[in-house]
Amino acid sequence: MIRVELPPHLRGLAHISGEVKLDVQGPATQRTVVDALEARYPMLRGAIRDHVTQKRRPFLRFFACGEDLSHELPDAPLPDAVASGAEPLLIVGAIAGG
Amino acid sequence: MSHVRVLVGTRKGAFILSAEGKRENWDVSGPHFAGWEIYHLKGSPADPNRLYASQSSSWSGQITQRSNDGGKTWETVGNKFVYEGVPGTHQWYDGTPHPWEFKRVWHLEPSLTDPDKVYAGVEDAALFVSNDGAQTWQELSGLRGHGSGPHWQPGAGGMCLHSIIQDPSNPDRMFIAISAAGAFRTDDAGRTWRPINRGLRSEFIPDPTAEVGHCIHHIAMHSSRPNVLFMQKHWDVMRTDNAGDSWQEISGNLPTDFGFAIDVHAHEPDTIYVAPIKSDSEHFVPDGKLRVYRSRTGGNEWEALTKGLPQEDCYVNVLRDAMAVDSLDKCGVYFGTTGGQVYASADAGDTWAPIVRDFPAVLSVEVQTLP
Repeated sequence: MIRVELPPHLRGLAHISGEVKLDVQGPATQRTVVDALEARYPMLRGAIRDHVTQKRRPFLRFFACGEDLSHELPDAPLPDAVASGAEPLLIVGAIAGG
Repeated sequence: MSHVRVLVGTRKGAFILSAEGKRENWDVSGPHFAGWEIYHLKGSPADPNRLYASQSSSWSGQITQRSNDGGKTWETVGNKFVYEGVPGTHQWYDGTPHPWEFKRVWHLEPSLTDPDKVYAGVEDAALFVSNDGAQTWQELSGLRGHGSGPHWQPGAGGMCLHSIIQDPSNPDRMFIAISAAGAFRTDDAGRTWRPINRGLRSEFIPDPTAEVGHCIHHIAMHSSRPNVLFMQKHWDVMRTDNAGDSWQEISGNLPTDFGFAIDVHAHEPDTIYVAPIKSDSEHFVPDGKLRVYRSRTGGNEWEALTKGLPQEDCYVNVLRDAMAVDSLDKCGVYFGTTGGQVYASADAGDTWAPIVRDFPAVLSVEVQTLP
């Protein structure tokens, strides 16, 4: 079981509150986790990854276990603590402004 | 008894304002999609409870929403807008080739007859259509495939397709406008398009009378007279009487002919409304006075409408999709400002009152007249 924490605007879009808990088939990677997330919440398709390129949207980033995973390859294994459900994968909206 | 529903898109959500036929007491619903930019929302003429909304953000891109109950509840529908074939390039601000990239939907135009059919005008400029209630979208690529596409250039707000007008007397004919490419017409239901910009003059482009490259801000039509279009260009208010084959300037005595919004009275095809803005560098009304100008002669002769509108220290803008009319008698006129006010006139513009004063910046206003 993988835990995912979404930024507020995506929780609103998906009509959820709190963490999402997902069963992911195969190894836990950014790709498999987002695939599972989109399968359960189709309204998130295109909102985290570009529809065509499947690349992470530039103003969203992935964090876990105190590390910025945003530039890891999408098929790279997520940390064991995320794969085991001990730690959540954080999908974070970039904060900008002044 | 008739009533009206005003659909308001803002920088931070959508709102629905409802009133009875007298248009005196308003109920405000929203914000819907709080925190998201709502460039446009519009109801189907064939089923007024079917609404479509364009929702977007810099973080998560384009979302499309649909309601089947007049905006009480919404469901997320298709947001996959993919250009047909190899997208190619248009001109960037510096004149260099730039790949076509989808950014957002500026305008949603439901079919006049089919609630499940809706057109989307997008940035970078293209026209999409859905025949399944916005679940899936296909590009009408004949527009972008017009030979002039590589020469189109973005306006200051982006290269957006912002105006879509269907001819109620001819289902094969439609008009669109792009900033800053110009106006185009199809006579074969979107398969092929021709530029309709003869008579436009834009001093800021290399060839002021070029076939394409004009920064059109908005166009409007009265349904009883589909060959007559009115245009607010970057500078100049224009009119065509032959479906765009040629245009004449009708700016007349306007205090400035820069602006964004333009619309036509519901029952008087020669009564038109604009909201003059001082200039392209000062995007606010002239002299600190918020004035709608009305022409009852199809242009050239304009009168300022000021009763109920602030006449000092006002520095707001009225954006291109932020003016609309209802079809009650007397015709109601509505507009929203970047200062977050939505004004209504229940007497064709003679007097005005704010429905709300403190919304986020208003991006679009549409009106539904309901039985």
